[in-house]
Amino acid sequence: MCLAIPGKIIEINNDEHSAIIDFDGIQQKVIVALVPGAKVGKYAIVHAGYAIELMNEKEAREAIDQWDEMSEELGLDLNDVI
Amino acid sequence: MDIPGSEILKSKKFTEKLIKNIKANLDAIAKKVKLMHVCGTHEHTISKYGLRSLLPEGIEIVSGPGCPVCVCPAADIDKAIELGKRKDTVITTFGDMIRVPASNISLSELKAEGSDIRIVYGPNDAVKIAKQNPNKEVIFFAIGFETTVPLIGYELKTNPPSNFSVICAHKLIPAALELLISIDRLNIDGFISPGHVATIIGLKPFELFSKSYRVPNVVAGFEPNDVLLGILMLLKQIKSKKYETINEYSRVVKSEGNEVAQNVISEVFKSTVSPWRGIGRILDGGLAIKEKYAEFDADKKFDIEINDAQDIPPGCSCHLVMTGKIYPNECKLFRKTCTPINPIGPCMVSQEGTCSIYYKYHSD
Ligand code: SF4
Repeated sequence: MCLAIPGKIIEINNDEHSAIIDFDGIQQKVIVALVPGAKVGKYAIVHAGYAIELMNEKEAREAIDQWDEMSEELGLDLNDVI
Repeated sequence: MDIPGSEILKSKKFTEKLIKNIKANLDAIAKKVKLMHVCGTHEHTISKYGLRSLLPEGIEIVSGPGCPVCVCPAADIDKAIELGKRKDTVITTFGDMIRVPASNISLSELKAEGSDIRIVYGPNDAVKIAKQNPNKEVIFFAIGFETTVPLIGYELKTNPPSNFSVICAHKLIPAALELLISIDRLNIDGFISPGHVATIIGLKPFELFSKSYRVPNVVAGFEPNDVLLGILMLLKQIKSKKYETINEYSRVVKSEGNEVAQNVISEVFKSTVSPWRGIGRILDGGLAIKEKYAEFDADKKFDIEINDAQDIPPGCSCHLVMTGKIYPNECKLFRKTCTPINPIGPCMVSQEGTCSIYYKYHSD
């Protein structure tokens, strides 16, 4: 039920508070009224046809980089995992 | 869709390292650890990728009441069924909801008898149906946790037609966690908290558990490596006896949550004592529609009273499954009379129900 999946915003319709979002090649109209910063090129996390959060490439990278910082404390070495 | 950073999320080598570290930490803790998640999507990840079998024996991961379809009381479904029997109504709801057995029949059985029951993808589709059918009363049977609530709130705020109304059966996760902590025998050592609930409400409501109850909490994402990293973060806290609420899913969850969505929720809804199927009444465990939006509240609009609803059918152990007291295969009906084709209890219906997930991914 609380399933939400990421997609990339490819078009915004400000009048309707909606956007066209691309989910791995499948494009869908999504309501973006709950995420005021919605912009073409950003990623949206979409639940039941509504974007509930946004992220951009930089933020997503930074979040993963934080894992790198945490990794030392957690006793993990992330250098050769990819 | 592959988001930036997904290479590491999907890395098998990282999985191996996580498991190795989890083992080392568990050895240092030198006792059994019981962790609970409260999200059907987490159970899905854990079962699908066989995470329980990858983890060392001393770690038990139990499933809490994380399926909104399962915790929706039979009385609310009975209410939707009574309204659906009327000639001028259309009942709309999410897909999983229509097959859930209520006291007598399910919404899908009512549909087979000729009532107008429709599955919608989101509440906006229900509003659309109301606009297209001005001579009918279109009722959206609204279930879901904090992730789903703002969607319905948004529709109520943006002038739906007067023939649209909502059966408000929304539930709130933090109150349920608080109740679970206080169940003595459960002895939960840590919570894997639901990432998409936290996306809306932020980290603060979860901090209560780490601060006041001293139960560590990790808000986690839904890839197998997210869950494993979350488990490692919990073990670290148990080992050091320093309890916090950590955001593992920071690529999506902001510590303050989605404030726009929170404002929508508080504008339209108020928290209330709420019955959870199989668990009982929980203080602040659910939401009711505020007076300002009463015209869209199906409870106020239609005079329907349900007495003597039956939440747990004879022989069903959903109440024990949902509080992590037993695994589905410990229910004597599991895989015998109760299957996804012929579900006896709510946990076997929804794709997020623990029994249904267990049925799909376990052979015992
Ligand atoms: S297996 Fe069926 S009857 Fe048993 S607890 Fe699960 S849903 Fe209820």
